[in-house]
Amino acid sequence: MLKVPFISSQEEESTVDAVIREAVATELPTDVSVEMPNPAVEVNNFSLWYGDFQAVTEVSIKFPRKKITAVIGPSGCGKSTLLRGINRMNELIGGVRTQGNVLLEGTNVYADAVDPVEVRRRVGMVFQKPNPFPRSIRDNILFGARVNGYQANEDELVEAALRSAALWDEVNHDLKQSGLALSGGQQQRLCIARAIAVSPEVLLMDEPCSALDPVATLKIEDLMRELAKDYTIIIVTHNMQQAARVSDFTAFMLSDDTARGKLIEFGPTTDLFTNPSDERTEAYITGRFG
Amino acid sequence: MAEDTGTLGRSAAVFKASMQWRRLKSHFFVVLGLLSVLLGVVALLVLLVDVIVQGSGWLDWQFFTSFDSRFPARAGIKAALFGTLYMMVFTMLLAVPIGVMTAIYLEEYAGDNWFTQFIQVNIANLAGVPSIVYGLLGLQVFVRIMEMGRSVLAGSCTMALLILPIIIVASREAIRAVPPSMREASFALGASKWETVRHHVLPYALPGMLTGAILAAARAIGETAPLITIGALTFVPFLPEHPLDRFTVLPIQIFNWVSRAQSEFHHLAAAGIIVLLVVLIILNSVAIYLRQRLRTRY
Ligand SMILES: Nc1ncnc2c1ncn2[C@@H]1O[C@H](COP(=O)(O)OP(=O)(O)OP(=O)(O)O)[C@@H](O)[C@H]1O
Ligand SMILES: [Mg+2]
Repeated sequence: MLKVPFISSQEEESTVDAVIREAVATELPTDVSVEMPNPAVEVNNFSLWYGDFQAVTEVSIKFPRKKITAVIGPSGCGKSTLLRGINRMNELIGGVRTQGNVLLEGTNVYADAVDPVEVRRRVGMVFQKPNPFPRSIRDNILFGARVNGYQANEDELVEAALRSAALWDEVNHDLKQSGLALSGGQQQRLCIARAIAVSPEVLLMDEPCSALDPVATLKIEDLMRELAKDYTIIIVTHNMQQAARVSDFTAFMLSDDTARGKLIEFGPTTDLFTNPSDERTEAYITGRFG
Repeated sequence: MAEDTGTLGRSAAVFKASMQWRRLKSHFFVVLGLLSVLLGVVALLVLLVDVIVQGSGWLDWQFFTSFDSRFPARAGIKAALFGTLYMMVFTMLLAVPIGVMTAIYLEEYAGDNWFTQFIQVNIANLAGVPSIVYGLLGLQVFVRIMEMGRSVLAGSCTMALLILPIIIVASREAIRAVPPSMREASFALGASKWETVRHHVLPYALPGMLTGAILAAARAIGETAPLITIGALTFVPFLPEHPLDRFTVLPIQIFNWVSRAQSEFHHLAAAGIIVLLVVLIILNSVAIYLRQRLRTRY
C-alpha cells in the first residue's frame, strides 16, 4: 500500500490513498516525468522581474496535454507569477520584464508577432476570488465570446458553457439574474463557464477554491476532472490534499537564498507525493515548512 | 499588600483633581462646536428667509415669460433662463466628452512619465485658478482671437474650460474605483484594452462620472465673474437664436437687478435667486442620489 506522508487524519488518508491508487492503476504513463511528448504548454528557461525584483528564476517545465498539473509551494514563491506568465497577464502591471519563452502549441507567446489578447483567449484563467461581471449570467458567458467574434448561436453557447461548468441545472430557470446573486461556489463555476465559453486550449486556475467551503470545493474538483478530458489545466493550490486528489502531475516551486521562484521538482503527482526526489519537496509536503 | 493599595489610592487622588477641569474643557468644545454649526445654519436660514420673503411675491407666470424691462412689473427672466440653458448645453457638450476622454487616457493609457505627471499637476492647479482668470482667458482667446464675439458660444467655451478640471478629476476617481479584479476578468477572456474600458470600466464608472458632471454644471450655472469679463450682456430683451448671438444668464440678470435703484428690482432679484437656488438644489440632489446608488449597486 502507498504511504501518503503528509496526511494525519485517518479517514482522509483512505480517500486520498484511494484517489492515488486509482490514478496509478489506470492511466499514468511511466516515462512522463522526464520526457513529456507533445506538451500543450512548454515553459523554457523562463524568468520574470517586477522592476528589479526577480520573482521567477529560469523555470523550465512542460505541461502535459489534457492533464491537470498542480503547482505547489510556499507563499510568495512565484506560483501565481509563473501562471500569469503563461497568458501574459503580468504585462498589465507596469515594469514587468521577462526572459526565456513560453510555447503554446509550439508557438512562443512572447514572440513579437503574437498579440497578448489572442494568447489570453487561448489560455483561460480562473482567479482566486470569484469575479463575475456585475451583469446577467448570460452576459457573463457571452462577453468573451462576443469580443472574440463568436458568430454562432448564443443560446446554445450559454447552455453548453454552463453545462460544462456543472452550473446549468442550478441557474437555467433565470439566466437574466445577476452573476453576483449566486453563491460563492456558483460564482466560481460561472467564472469557469465564462472562461471555457471562448474555447481556450488551456485553463489556468490560481487557487480557485481558496474562497470556497469544502462542499463547493469538491464540486469544483469534480468539475476539473471532467474538464481535463478536453482542456489542459494548470492549478495553483495551497491545499496539498487537493493537489493529490485532483492533479495528474505536480510541480513544486521554492524561493531560497540563492534565487526566487525556482522549480524544484516536477513529476507525476503520485511519485512526487510518495517518493519525492528532492528533500525540500519532502520537507514541504510533510508540512515541515511553508 | 496594604502599601500597594495605598499607592493606588494616592495616585487615584492625584488623577481626580484634574477631572473637573477636563470635563469643563470637553463641554466647552462641545458648546463651541455647536455654536459654529448654528452660526452657519442660522446665517443661511436668515439669507434664505429674507430672499423668500422678498422674492416669492414676484414669482408668477409673467416673471418666467417676460424679458427684462425698465418697468419692474413687466420685467422677467425669460432671456436669462434661456441664456443659461443654451450656455449650459454647449458647455456640457464641450466639457463632458473632453473631460471623460482625458480621464480615460490618463487612467488607462498614459504611461507614468514626466509628461503625464506634468499634465496631472496642471489639472490639479487649474481646478484652483480663480474663475475671473478663465474670464480673461476667454475674452482674449475666444472673443478676440477666435472672433466668436461676446456670444453664447464664447461663454460656453470659457465655462467648459472652467469646469474641465472638475470633470477630469471626478471621472478619474470614478475610473480608479473600478475593482482591478473586473479588469483582470475581462483581459483574461481575451478582451482588448478598449473592449475592457468600453464594456466594464466605463459602465461601472458612469454614475461617478455623471455625479461629477452634474456638480460641475452646478458650479458653472452659478458663475458670474468670467461671463461679465467676456462681456455677457446685462440687458437682453431677446432670445439668443444662434450660438453667436449675445446673451445673458441668471446670475448676471440677478446682479443687474440688485444694482438698480428702485427697490422693486431688488424683489425681482430675490425672485431670480429663488429660481437659481431651486435649480442648484435639484442638480445637487440628483448628484447625491447618483452617488448613493453607485455605493449600493455592487
Ligand atoms: N505586482 C507585483 N509587484 C511587485 N512584486 C510582486 C508583484 N506581485 C508579486 N510580487 C512578488 O513576487 C513574488 C511572487 O509572488 P506570487 O504572487 O507569484 O507568489 P505566490 O507563490 O503566488 O504566493 P501565494 O501563494 O501567496 O499566492 C512575491 O515575493 C511577491 O511579493
Ligand atoms: Mg498566488
